[in-house]
Amino acid sequence: MPKYLLLLYANEPDAKEREERDAELPAWGRLTDSLREAGLLLGADRLHPVDSATTVRVRDGETEITDGPFAVTKEYLGGYYLLECADLDEALEQAVRMPLARYGSVEVRPVAEVASPVAAEDEDEAAR
Amino acid sequence: MLATLIRHVGDFQLAEDALQDAFTAALATWPRDGVPANPGAWITTVSRRRAIDRLRRARSLADRTERLAALVRLDSEEHPSMIEESAVADDRLRLIFTCCHPALAMPARVALTLRTLGGLSTGEVARAFLVSEPTMGKRIVRAKRKIADAHIPYRVPPDHELPDRLQGVLKVVYLIFNEGYAASEGPRLARAELSSEAIRLGRLLARLMPDDAEVLGLLALMLLHDARRGARVGASGEYLALHEQDRSRWDLGAIREGQQLLRAAIRLRRPGSYQLQAAITALHVQAPDVEETDWRQIAELYGALARLSPSPVVELNRAVAVAYASGPSDGLALLAPLLDDARLERYQPLHAAHAELLRRAGDDAGAARAYERAIALSANAVERAELERRREGLARPPSTG
Repeated sequence: MPKYLLLLYANEPDAKEREERDAELPAWGRLTDSLREAGLLLGADRLHPVDSATTVRVRDGETEITDGPFAVTKEYLGGYYLLECADLDEALEQAVRMPLARYGSVEVRPVAEVASPVAAEDEDEAAR
Repeated sequence: MLATLIRHVGDFQLAEDALQDAFTAALATWPRDGVPANPGAWITTVSRRRAIDRLRRARSLADRTERLAALVRLDSEEHPSMIEESAVADDRLRLIFTCCHPALAMPARVALTLRTLGGLSTGEVARAFLVSEPTMGKRIVRAKRKIADAHIPYRVPPDHELPDRLQGVLKVVYLIFNEGYAASEGPRLARAELSSEAIRLGRLLARLMPDDAEVLGLLALMLLHDARRGARVGASGEYLALHEQDRSRWDLGAIREGQQLLRAAIRLRRPGSYQLQAAITALHVQAPDVEETDWRQIAELYGALARLSPSPVVELNRAVAVAYASGPSDGLALLAPLLDDARLERYQPLHAAHAELLRRAGDDAGAARAYERAIALSANAVERAELERRREGLARPPSTG
C-alpha cells in the first residue's frame, strides 16, 4: 500500500498561540491512537521548535554548519506523520483531521517506491 | 476504450501506453492480415496483453503482482468482447472525476480531461489555453505523473465528497463546450465535435446526479446553445447573430429538451450560475426578434450572475442588455469601468460591444475607432469579417474641404 509523509507546517507561535496549541495535545493523542488502531500509522513525532534546528551543508569539501532551519519561511516544520493508506484520498482525509490544519498547512507527500532486490530477481525469472 | 482499460489495469499511464502499443500493432498487422471482424475487441485484447508485458518490466514487486494476477485472470476469461454500455459509461465517469481531482491544479484538470476524454491533441489543448504546445505537453505529463506518484484513486468520489468534486467537473465540461462553440483561432467558427463531447459528458453527469440543479442547468445551457449551431454561420461562412439566424435550422428538439431541463433545475430551488446562464439563453431563444426580447429580465439575470460569479464577460453582457432595455447611454455607462481596466485592453468582445453601443448612440467616429481595435484583436477570420462588415456599414464621416 502507498505510504505518505504528512508534514505539519505552522508559524512560530506567540505566547497565546502556544497556549492554545498545547491545549490541543490530548486531541493529537486521540488522533494518533485512532490512526494506530486503524492500522495506518507507521510513525509520528513532534519536533522541537525551529530554534533548535541546525543545518548542515557540504560544498566543495567545506562543511558549513548553521544555526537554524534550512531557510527562513513563514511556516516551519513542527512534526510529521508517516502513514500507510489505500490512496491519496485516504491520506487527505487524515490530514483534514489534524488540529494543525486549521491554523497551519499539512503537506501530504507520497513516499517514493524503491525497487527491492527481490524485484530484480523476479525480473530475471520473467525474462526467461 | 481507454477508460475501460484504465479500470482493468488500474493505472492511467500504463493504460495509455498499452493502448498506444495496441494501435501500433494494429497499424502494422491490419494492412497485411485485414481488419478483424471486431476491431474494438481486438484492440482491447491486445492492449491488455501489452499491459501485462509492460507490467512484467515494471519495478515495484508488490504493486505489479496484484495487478498482473488480475490482468491474467481477465485475459483468460472467455470474452467480454461486448462490454456493457453502462460499464463503459461508469468508466468514463470515473475517468472524469480522476482527471478533475482537487489534488491537480485547475489548468491541469482541464487539460487532462480535454486530452483523455475530449480526444484533443496536445496542440489543440494548447491553443485553447493560449499557451505553447511544449508548455501544455509538460503540464499534462506532470498531471499524469502526479496521479501515479500520489496514487490518486480511479473512482467516482464517495457521497460525502461528491458535491464539491462535481463543481470542478462542471467547470471543466463547460470549458470544453465553449472551446467547441467558438474556436478562438482559425477560419471555422465552431468545432462541433468538442461541443458534442461536452454534451455527452453533461448527459453522463445528469444520469449520475439527476437531483443536482447545476448539473441540469449546465446541460440545459449547452443544449440551448448547441441547438443553434446549424444556423450560426451563414452561406459564405459569415457569423450570424441570434436574431439574424434562420430559425428553421434550429434543432427544436434540443431547445425543448434544454427548456425542460432548465425547468427541472429551477424546481430544485438551488440557484446557480449555469442555471442563470441557461435562463438568459432561453429568453433569447424564446423571443421572435430583438425588439420583442425581454431585455429587462435578461439584464436582471446578468445582475444576479454578476453577484454570484463576477467577471468582465458578465459585466459586458449586462451592459449590452441594459443598453437594449433602457438605451445605449446607460449601457455605455456600465462599459466605462471595463474600458479603464488594463487587463481587458486586449479583450476583443469588449471593443466590439463598445463599437456597437457607440454606433447606436450616434457616435460613428467613436464606433469606427472601436471597431478598428476589435478587428486588430480578432483571431478568428469569420469573426473579423463580420466586424469589418459592420465598420463598413457606418456612416462615412463628412470629408473636409
